[in-house]
This record gives sequence, structure tokens and C-alpha cells, in this order.
Amino acid sequence: MTAYLLRRVVSGLVTLVVASIVVFSVLEVIPGDPARLMLGMNATDDAVQALRVQMGLDQGFLVRYFHWTGGLLTFDFGKSYTYSVPVGELIAERITVSLPLALIALALSTAIAIPVGVFAAARRGKPADTISMAISQVGVAIPNFWFALLLVYVFAVWLRVVPAGGFPGWEAGIGPSLKALVLPAIALALPQAAILARVSRSALIEVLGEDFIRTARAKGLSREAALWRHALRNAMLPVLTILGLQFAFLLAGTVIIENVFYLPGLGRLVVQAINQRDLIVVESVVMLLVASVILINLLVDMAYAVVDPRLRTRS
Amino acid sequence: MSLLEIENLALDIGGTPILKGIDLRIEAGEVMGLVGESGSGKSMTALSIMKLLPEFASLSGRIGFGGSDLVNASEEDMCALRGDDIGMVFQEPMTALNPLKTIGEQVAEGIRLHTGANRTDAEAKARAMLDRVGLPFEKFALTRYPHELSGGQRQRVVIAIACALKPKLLIADEPTTALDVVLQAQILELLRELVHENRMGLLLISHDLAVVTEMADRITILRGGEVMETGDTAQTLSTQLHPYTRQLAQASLHVPERGKRVSASSTAERSPLSRDKAPLLSVQNITKDYPGRRTSLFEKPQPFRAVDNVSFTLGEGRSVALVGRSGCGKSTLARMILALEKPTSGSVAFRGAVLTGRNEAALRPARRDMQVVFQDPYGSFNPRRTVEWLVAEPLHLLDNNPGKAERRELVKHTLHEVGLQPSDMQKYPHEFSGGQRQRISIARAIITRPKLVIADEPVSALDVSIRAQVLDLFAELNQKLGIAYIFITHDLTVARAITDEVMVMHEGRIVETGKTQEVLSHPQSDAARMLVEAAPDLHRALAKRMQEQG
Repeated sequence: MTAYLLRRVVSGLVTLVVASIVVFSVLEVIPGDPARLMLGMNATDDAVQALRVQMGLDQGFLVRYFHWTGGLLTFDFGKSYTYSVPVGELIAERITVSLPLALIALALSTAIAIPVGVFAAARRGKPADTISMAISQVGVAIPNFWFALLLVYVFAVWLRVVPAGGFPGWEAGIGPSLKALVLPAIALALPQAAILARVSRSALIEVLGEDFIRTARAKGLSREAALWRHALRNAMLPVLTILGLQFAFLLAGTVIIENVFYLPGLGRLVVQAINQRDLIVVESVVMLLVASVILINLLVDMAYAVVDPRLRTRS
Repeated sequence: MSLLEIENLALDIGGTPILKGIDLRIEAGEVMGLVGESGSGKSMTALSIMKLLPEFASLSGRIGFGGSDLVNASEEDMCALRGDDIGMVFQEPMTALNPLKTIGEQVAEGIRLHTGANRTDAEAKARAMLDRVGLPFEKFALTRYPHELSGGQRQRVVIAIACALKPKLLIADEPTTALDVVLQAQILELLRELVHENRMGLLLISHDLAVVTEMADRITILRGGEVMETGDTAQTLSTQLHPYTRQLAQASLHVPERGKRVSASSTAERSPLSRDKAPLLSVQNITKDYPGRRTSLFEKPQPFRAVDNVSFTLGEGRSVALVGRSGCGKSTLARMILALEKPTSGSVAFRGAVLTGRNEAALRPARRDMQVVFQDPYGSFNPRRTVEWLVAEPLHLLDNNPGKAERRELVKHTLHEVGLQPSDMQKYPHEFSGGQRQRISIARAIITRPKLVIADEPVSALDVSIRAQVLDLFAELNQKLGIAYIFITHDLTVARAITDEVMVMHEGRIVETGKTQEVLSHPQSDAARMLVEAAPDLHRALAKRMQEQG
């Protein structure tokens, strides 16, 4: 178990270092001078030179790389050019929106998907299975912003129970903040839930065909009891993998939903930074996302070991 | 009243009749052997009693058990019966247990379900049951997981689950088919004791007449979903009144006719004339280590020695059996001979040329002259290719690649040699039965006219009559084409039927070598003696039964 986890941690750290080299090198490879890129074509040479010194671009590659990674380790990400504030502050502010949003969406998606998957798998081939899978097919096919617009129309415009967009900030209280996140979370969760439900269903159906389910039935367990007590935990392994991927997506891939609901999240920060050539911000956010994906994968690996005793003793 | 009374049982699944009017009776304390070839409806009869049938199955007739008719019993009533009054043991111990639950949980689960016992009492009972089936608590704590147990140990756990509540009827569907002979003998002995202790009725399903003869008081022979014959085991098998019973008995005792040519020439090979000629295959001090399981983070794991300093030679046209228990290193040795695996030390020479350490290009002539037939005729073909393509595949090993027409001619000829039709060339593997597929693998192996064929349990997945035919084919090819064989098997009847010599392998070493007849009738080493004693033998079992009955 410890060896298994230690290996995962080490491989995660190696991935992190490789990612930092790649991300940093891209700046070097991009044609032209980053400083000029940021200032635009009309900037004077002096201004560009000043920025180069400010960014440390006059130093060698390795020096700058270690300076940058050293900064990352102490959470000193540098200063955003366009906002003129430390990147750390920018990210911290945005993450208080993005992280709760991702967590709520993930919880919602899991809470919807697993019961639906179990429900459909237990009734395999019956009308209830066909109907729930048809609905989930629709859920996979329809983009989340369309759900978002529909939700806004129904709950914000028509029923007026929640705001249509914007984020009051946590200092305005937990209630209003959560209210602002409810609709975007649902819009994000539905397509994810549809995918997850299909994965859960097929994983369960596969497990239900295994020999040990027959053993359980021969012991006197009913079909339902065999499903809950023996099949479900075995079917969780592929579900965990997909959950990990979905969380990573929810953290960073929510830019469209953030735009629809006018939420100040990480996704919008990155898009704005890219548009304004604020490369320091882009770099930092990318590294943050890489780190969180690695962390999520580590958590998924740990969850595997909790579920599957074979992983605890092997290795 | 009998314990179990099946009358005129018919089963059809999705409109296809599977069982047609089965009659079967089992008394308390009696062992009933249910014998038949694959597809005869043995397992379906068992699953009908358990009412664990696939969807779209419809059952008619009567299954009388404990005063009620199971055919009409509700699912709720069946759940109460299963695991309590009727227990079941399955064929494949490796997959029969939930990998995520401890063995204690899995044995205790049924006890808690049926008796309403609390966890502590159920676990105490599970502990006692595991002790009873030969898994003592010092080595097999309740908290162990299935993956930490071997196949034989897992089958003991399955038996503990099935017998935990002392069922009146135990159904064992091929309980030892996946185990080696020594484990088979142990598991059969355990079942026999449990039947005796609890006056259980046992329905023992097997394709192996010898196993059934050793175990069963009465026997029912099934074919195509119908009962062919039923009666006292000794009487039924000694008189062999029914033609199908006779056919089965003869097939399981079948020894292919092997002409004198090979054995004559093999003695000639031993004469001074050919002594200086290099043997076909020469294995020198070959050893294989696999990395062991890491027990500590900082210590280097101890390697596991799968094959330990093995040496032997094989003459042209000879047929040798490599026998041993599962996990003794037989298959690893074969893979090293085939140059599919690199030995840790030692070398293999084939037709005078050393193979060890050569690259693929240098191995080509050896690959052509040395072919392999695997155990599973279902898994060893690409299902999307025609038989022509599959059989012709090794032809690329020939020095001058034959043209299309010539290839086709060669395939046709080879199929004819293994008893298949030229029209079979355009078919796909799924269109053939198991025996026919094994013929296709043999055709694929002999198309390059090899000098040596290594066959890894080539008939253990086949029914007795098919198996007799395939053994005949091996014998015939040995004679016609002078192919030498290495048969890897744990089944001594195969070794007896078709080989000149036997090598007995035990824990990576060859512990005994000699003429097949001699080794099998007078084994010297402990390992060989254990195998011979454990191997079920129809003649011996029948003689013993006759003697017991006077």
C-alpha cells in the first residue's frame, strides 16, 4: 500500500516537473519577444526593453526557469501585466468561485448518475432501461450552455427563484453565493451525469455477468441484494476513473458556462489573459491546473486502493 | 420420498429446447453423478434446480424437493432455499469469489442471511466451516482476500460457502475441472467427507467418467438434453448396455493406435549408427527467474525460480510428455524452448543450432521447424480471419514465400491431413466446434512441416469423444510426418495414450524421466507418485466399486 502510493506520488511529481519545463519552454518557442507580444506592435523599443528587464527576460533560460519554478513553490506567481496585481491574488480570487462550482457540479452529477446507472442496469433490456438511457443520450448530445439558457429562462426569468447571473462574492454571505452557483452547477452537472450514468450502467452490467455474482445468488441473495452488495463496489473502478477526468474538466473547462452566467471563474480569467497576451497569468493558471489534475489522479489512485484490496498487497 | 425428484423436466431458452423430459432422483446421503459432453444439458439441469436460469428460460415438469415443487416456487422461496437447503459449487474457482470482499465476509454472508445471526456468531460459524474445509485459521484468517489464495484454496472457500449451513443437497458443477490432479483428489475427498458427515445428497456434474466412477453411487448419462441411461454406477459402467454409455467409456479409455515405425526407428536411433547425430532438441541447464513480490520498500525482492536448471534432449520423431502440477514450471519451460521467453541462464539448441540469445531473423528456421498448439481452441484464433488465412499464417517463415495459388493448395492439403474439408477454408473460427478448432490449430502448426510440435494441454478443453479423435490425429501425424512432440499436461491418461517417454516436473525441476509405461506404473519420485495416485482411473475406480459391492 505505502509502496503503491509512494510510486504514485513520485510519478505525479515527475509529471509536474516535466509539465513545468514544457509550459516554460513554450514561451521560448513562441515566435517573437514575449515583451513585445505583450506590449503590441506600436510599443517603443525602450518600453519593450524595460519590460524585458522587469520580466527578467534579459537573463539566461535556466536562471529564469529556476526563478519561475522557485516562485511557484512559494506561491509567488509573479505580477500580472494587464491587471498589475500579483497573479496569486488573481487566482485566489477566482478559485473561490471555480472550486465550489466544480465541487457542487461533481456532487450533483454523481448523485444523479449512479442511481440512474444502477436503476437502468438492474432493469437491463426492460422499458425503464431503454427510456433512461435514451434520456441520458440526449444529455450527452446537448451542449451544457443550452441547458444553461433553459435553466436561466425557467428559474431566473420565469420563476425568479435565483439570479440569472453574476456572483455577489462570499463576503455577501453563503446563501446568496450558493444561489448564484446553483444554476451553473446544474448546467455543468447534467451532461456529466449523462456520461457517468452510461458508464455506471455498462460497468454494472459487466460485473453482473461475473461468476461471483452467480456465487452470491447461489448463497440465497436476491438479484437486488447481489447487485448492491457485490456488483456495485466492483463497478466503481471505471466510474472513479471517469469521475477524476470530469473533475479536472469542471475545474478548467467551464468557460462557456462562466460566460453565460457572468461568473468570475478561472476559465474566464484564462481566456481574458490569453486575449490580452498576459502570459504570466496563463502560465500560472496552466501550472495550477496541471497540479490539480495530478492531485486528482492521485486521489483517484488512492480511492482505487481503498476499493480494491488487490492493489493494496500487489507491488 | 427421495430428497430430490425431478420428473419430466423440460427447459427451453428463447424457443430452443435445452432439456427434454429429464428424470432424476437423489436420496439423502447419496452421490449422483451426472455425466455428459458439452451441450448435453448438465449445467442447465443444475441451474434449473437452483432456478438461476438465464432470461427467457421456461421450465416445465416437476422438481420435487422437501415436499414442494421448485418449478412453481416463487423467487422469494428460492432465495430462502438457495444457500440454506441447496448449496452449489462451480467450475471456475478463480472467478467464483468477489475479489473485493474478504473470505470471512463471503462465508458469513449466507449464514447471516439465512439464520439472522449477528456478525460475531456468523463469523464464528464461518471460521469453523473454513477450518473444516482445510483452511486453518493460522494461515487463512477471515480477513484474507481471494487473490491471496490459490485456485484449490479458493475452491475450498466456495465449498465452505455452499456447505456452511449443512444443505440437504449440494450441487457441484465440474468442481475440479480447473484444478490439477492432486488438488482434484483432495477436493473430491473433501466433498466425499462432507456428504458422509451431513448425509447430504450430492449431484456431481462432470465430463470425466473416472471422477464420477470414483465418487458416485449412481450415475445418469445425458446427451442432447435427454437422459440416455441411469443406474448404479458400477453396474452401468461395467455392463455398458446403452450404446452411448459404451461409446463414452471407450472414448475415455481410448489409446490411439501407434504403429511400430516410430518406436522401431527410435530404437534404431539409439543404435551406434545415429548416436553421433545431434539430437533434435537439446536443453542445457536452463533456468528462469521471475522478479518476486516486494515485501519491503527497501529490500530487493527475492526472485521466484520458475524453472530450475533443467536439461534434457529429444530425438527426432519422439513423443515426450512433460507432466506436473499446475505452477510447476511446465509452460515456462515450453515458452523458453519456443524462444518466446529468454532464459535467465542455460541454453536451448534445436537441430544443432543454439537458439538462446539469437535475434528474430536468426530464429526463423527454428520457428518454422518448431510449432505450438495451445490449450484453448476458442481463444487462440483471430475471430475476424478465415481459416485459410489462419492456417496459412506460418507460411511466411518459409524461405521462398509460396504464391497465392500454392498457398491455397498447401492449406487445402493440410486441412485434409487433419480431417477437415477444403470448403472449410472460407469459414471463420466461430463456425466450428471445439474439436474442429483444435484440428485447425494443428493444421496451422503442421503446415510448415515442422520437426517438433509443442502441445500445451491440447485436449483438456475437449469432450472425451472429440479428445479421442484429436489424440488419434496426433498419433497419425507423428507416424506419417515423423513429427516429434512435447505434450505438456497434468493429465496422465494423455501421457499414457500418446507418448514414449515422460518427464515429471516438480517445483521447476525435472525429478523423474523414463519410459511412459514404467514411470506411470512404477513411479520412483514422490512427485510422480503423487500424480499417479491422484489421477482418476476408470478401470481402477470401477474395480474398487465392484469389490466394495462384492
